[in-house]
Amino acid sequence: MLWLTFLIIVAAAALAYVLNLRAARRLWAEGARLHSITTFHALYALFLAALPAFVFVVLWLALSGPVIGALVLSGLPDEVRAGATAAQENLLLSEIRSLARGQAFGEPEPWKAAAAARLTALEATEGWARLALVSLIAAAGLIYARTRVSASFRARQRVERIINGLMVFCSLVAIFTTIGIVASLFVESMRFFARVPFFEFLFGTNWEPQIPIREDQVAGAGAFGWLPVLLGTMVITVVALVVALPIGLFSAIYLNEFASPRLRAVAKPVLEILAGVPTVVYGFFAVLVVAPALRQAGQALGVDVSPNTALAAGGTMGIMLIPFISSFTDDALSAVPRSLRDGSLALGATRGETVAKVLFPAAIPGIVGGVLLAVSRAIGETMIVVMAAGLIARMTINPLDSVTTVTVQIVTLLIGDTAFDNPKTLAAFALGMMLFLVTLGVNIVALRVVRKYRELYD
Amino acid sequence: MQPENSQVNQQETGAGEIKISARDVQVHYGDNHALVDVSVDISDKMVTAFIGPSGCGKSTFLRCLNRMNDTIDGCRVEGDIRLDGEDIYAPEVDPVHLRARVGMVFQKPNPFPKSIYDNVAYGPRIHGLAKNRSELDEIVEKSLRRGAIWDEVKDRLDAPGTSLSGGQQQRLCIARAIATSPEVLLMDEPCSALDPIATAQIEELIDELRRQFCVIMVTHSMQQAARVSQRTAFFHLGQLVEYGETGQIFTNPSDPRTESYITGRIG
Amino acid sequence: MKDSPASAPRVNWKDPQLAATLRARHARERRLKILGLLSLGAAFAMLFILLASLAASGYKAFVQTHVTMDFVISARNVNPENPEKGKYRKVIAESLQAVFPEVGRKEMRQLRKILSNGAQYMVRDAVVADPSLIGGVLRLTVPVSDPYDQLNKGEIDRTTPESNRRLSDREIAWFDRLKEAGMISTPFNKALFLNADSRFPELAGLKGALWGSFYALLVCFLLSFPLGIGAAIWLEEFAPKNRFTDIIEVNINNLAAVPSVVFGLLALAVFLGWFNLPRSAAFVGGMTLALMTLPTIIIATRAALKAVPPSIREAALGLGASRQQVVFGHVLPLAMPGILTGTIIGLAQALGETAPLLLIGMNAFITSAPESAFEPATALPTQIFIWADSPERGFAARTSAAILVLLGFLITMNLAAVILRRKFERKW
Repeated sequence: MLWLTFLIIVAAAALAYVLNLRAARRLWAEGARLHSITTFHALYALFLAALPAFVFVVLWLALSGPVIGALVLSGLPDEVRAGATAAQENLLLSEIRSLARGQAFGEPEPWKAAAAARLTALEATEGWARLALVSLIAAAGLIYARTRVSASFRARQRVERIINGLMVFCSLVAIFTTIGIVASLFVESMRFFARVPFFEFLFGTNWEPQIPIREDQVAGAGAFGWLPVLLGTMVITVVALVVALPIGLFSAIYLNEFASPRLRAVAKPVLEILAGVPTVVYGFFAVLVVAPALRQAGQALGVDVSPNTALAAGGTMGIMLIPFISSFTDDALSAVPRSLRDGSLALGATRGETVAKVLFPAAIPGIVGGVLLAVSRAIGETMIVVMAAGLIARMTINPLDSVTTVTVQIVTLLIGDTAFDNPKTLAAFALGMMLFLVTLGVNIVALRVVRKYRELYD
Repeated sequence: MQPENSQVNQQETGAGEIKISARDVQVHYGDNHALVDVSVDISDKMVTAFIGPSGCGKSTFLRCLNRMNDTIDGCRVEGDIRLDGEDIYAPEVDPVHLRARVGMVFQKPNPFPKSIYDNVAYGPRIHGLAKNRSELDEIVEKSLRRGAIWDEVKDRLDAPGTSLSGGQQQRLCIARAIATSPEVLLMDEPCSALDPIATAQIEELIDELRRQFCVIMVTHSMQQAARVSQRTAFFHLGQLVEYGETGQIFTNPSDPRTESYITGRIG
Repeated sequence: MKDSPASAPRVNWKDPQLAATLRARHARERRLKILGLLSLGAAFAMLFILLASLAASGYKAFVQTHVTMDFVISARNVNPENPEKGKYRKVIAESLQAVFPEVGRKEMRQLRKILSNGAQYMVRDAVVADPSLIGGVLRLTVPVSDPYDQLNKGEIDRTTPESNRRLSDREIAWFDRLKEAGMISTPFNKALFLNADSRFPELAGLKGALWGSFYALLVCFLLSFPLGIGAAIWLEEFAPKNRFTDIIEVNINNLAAVPSVVFGLLALAVFLGWFNLPRSAAFVGGMTLALMTLPTIIIATRAALKAVPPSIREAALGLGASRQQVVFGHVLPLAMPGILTGTIIGLAQALGETAPLLLIGMNAFITSAPESAFEPATALPTQIFIWADSPERGFAARTSAAILVLLGFLITMNLAAVILRRKFERKW
């Protein structure tokens, strides 16, 4: 049904375009001096027929779901509704929805079946109503636009204003997205902090989110102190930097100062490949190669290395970060004015001394900006750690231990079939909010450092 | 030491021996023949000015004298250039070593983003010229004094070199260049980025410096060449057209091209 | 200004100690160069190891061991009126019995396990398609089950003690007999591309994941391309320079750096929670990916627009075109190659995104390919994630193979972007 609605909108737009085009052309052929060329008259009609109808459909689709849901719920027998929480009502609703789609588990109660039938009926009505209203709106737009065709009608102005509005809307999508992120994280986190005190979350050193779902389940009472999780993120980030920084820095220094243009032309794309490998591939690589290699190395040294150490996950993440560090360092070194390089060489310094004592120190702010962005990437990285790091939160800084990170917890708390209201799910949002805030902070500092550095040399 | 087959005029003013002598120098940038058959003898303890219209090769020749052209890809230098009689392009000569003996000051002041002290100490440090900190302090102070900037910065040696004014920065760069006790000082249009007051200060400094160094200065200002130098070389289209005593070049040039430039008909 | 004292002591430049210092300095430079070269080498080596290990572990999954057998389709087991409901397990058992007459009833269960679980359905489908086979013999090539596939590929070490092995000596002996009889073949593993996911590694394929990724990328492109270009054009050509537009720009730059998992949380809360869109649907995944790709496209488009020289705009304006006509009619077409290059690169990045798709449920176990973008589906990277977690040996190789397929797509897309850029971009 939905595609039919969109088909009507497209058809109306096309029809409107053609109608107005012909009308405008006829006017022109009759000798009238049109303010705007015929294309704009046609476009005006197209927009007027399509846009209001399109907006209407989007709003309708957004609202029809909740409205129909409320209607179905209100039709349920009173004893079922009495004392049901919002979560239970949601669960009921999704059950009824599945029933309506034909997925029944066993024999449903008669009132459920009746509600499902009602839902189907409502949805059918909604579909036809939508179709009818959209056709009406599109037709109204088409007719109105058609009446506007005249020599003095400033179609171009109108059309350009509409296009301008559309473009502004596109630009606002970014704002909507950010608002969406902040709002959803914030709202769900607030619901979490209603159950778990904020300070217990912020300063607690115990993270055991396995709480019983039913009363007869035997599980921990649920502790939601995030410090060990945060510590795990930091340990893995540090390990990643220990791998990425030296390799990235020295590769960049070599490429920038000593390498032949041919080597540079080959090496830079190869390093970019490292950046383009999807993180799920790195995660699998960590499990397939890195962790067993570390385990074997550990055995050779007599140390017992578990399969999901911070070293394995962090080391693989470091490999992923090498191109970040190296390209930022290369850019920062290239941004240092040539006059400094010439000045150092003219004083009798070797190229190595010039790089080490003049260029590199001058490039440090830019490099620091790059390192901070790499840190932000490492903190927010998910797949490598989900596949290679552990699940148990520990207050440890030993890279040979198995640690868990914020992103791992977010994923493991949400994969699986838990209801949306469960504190476990909400805990994931609280973690997500902290993650968002931390990465935002690091990014802002990084961009500020890079911008200040650029001002230094422009 | 008079080289044979000297191609240019040379009048002894009694000031110095030949410090740098060049014979048949050619420079190619890729396919572009930038310097053609340049031969000249430059004397010690005096200021030699290179003048000529833009793009005539004077800066290119200057950069040959401390082998800075080596750092430019695609640049080829042929010919014979000798410092105190030794070929500076001989394979056993290390350009690093040479550049400590032949210092350079650039058109736009380029102090490092380090402290004033560290700027001046950079050269002596990398060449290992001071055995300890107090020797280094001495060298730095001496150089800043010789650069005529000591009084202005002696209380703030830790301040960044970039915090000085344009003229001060250039004097700092001069101090930095002479900190390695070079024998020759190359200056590539040292005043063109400065205001007239700073320019006057630098010119006065150059006049002092020539007592100790062989100073070679590229300038696009004939007035400056006339004020500051004792010898002048006129370059045009990659060739050394005329070389001689400054007074004579400006009042009675032998080559018609020189006269055209001096009188403003070309350039 | 007259601070200069008398001449300073000169340095003796012929000093042999100076020569030693020079040598030491050059040695230090050489060490720096070696360090740099080693680091570069280390980075290259890691890339090489990554690709080589994936290729080494994955290449075997591109072939699948099959057995060619005669299946006796007797009317006892299959009713010609209703071939769908025939007793195909018995068909297989009896056909196997014909090959291994000495095997008793007790061992028959084990023997049947040589063939893949899907074999019975393949026989069924063949009979249903051609009921004339009933009463006759059907020669069909069917895949063997995973343990035997591993055996044939040499992954099972025959020297380990029997209790530690997946297959007993007797099972191995059966297989060897089949091999000696020439009934074993290893054709290209078409199932990897033509089948959807399955519990059994020998039957598992990427069809569902490939369709899921296709729909998701399609939706992503349809949403992010117009929105991104619209936003970029407005910001670059029409927007006034005020605080409001500054905020928008800062926003876009920040969005580009938000971790992908946060977008997953957004999708979970808003698309699934508030709008109640179907879970695990490719279209929801596409919407999420569109939000993530938007900043990339905006930034690339702005750069492409900036690269068009102002002289083009001035010339068009001088002819009386309105600003919008200048942009849409002249600037945009010239900037298109750069925009398309940036879009392809953005889509390539979106293809590899896993975390947000996991959070909206595209990691469900789905055994059929989606028919539309609105049905539950997996995507290529989430399928890799699912298989990576599976314990069967056969999935380990298939995970690497799936990764190679994903990398193949990425290489193709990036190459296309590079070629596009080389061919069409003009140097102003």
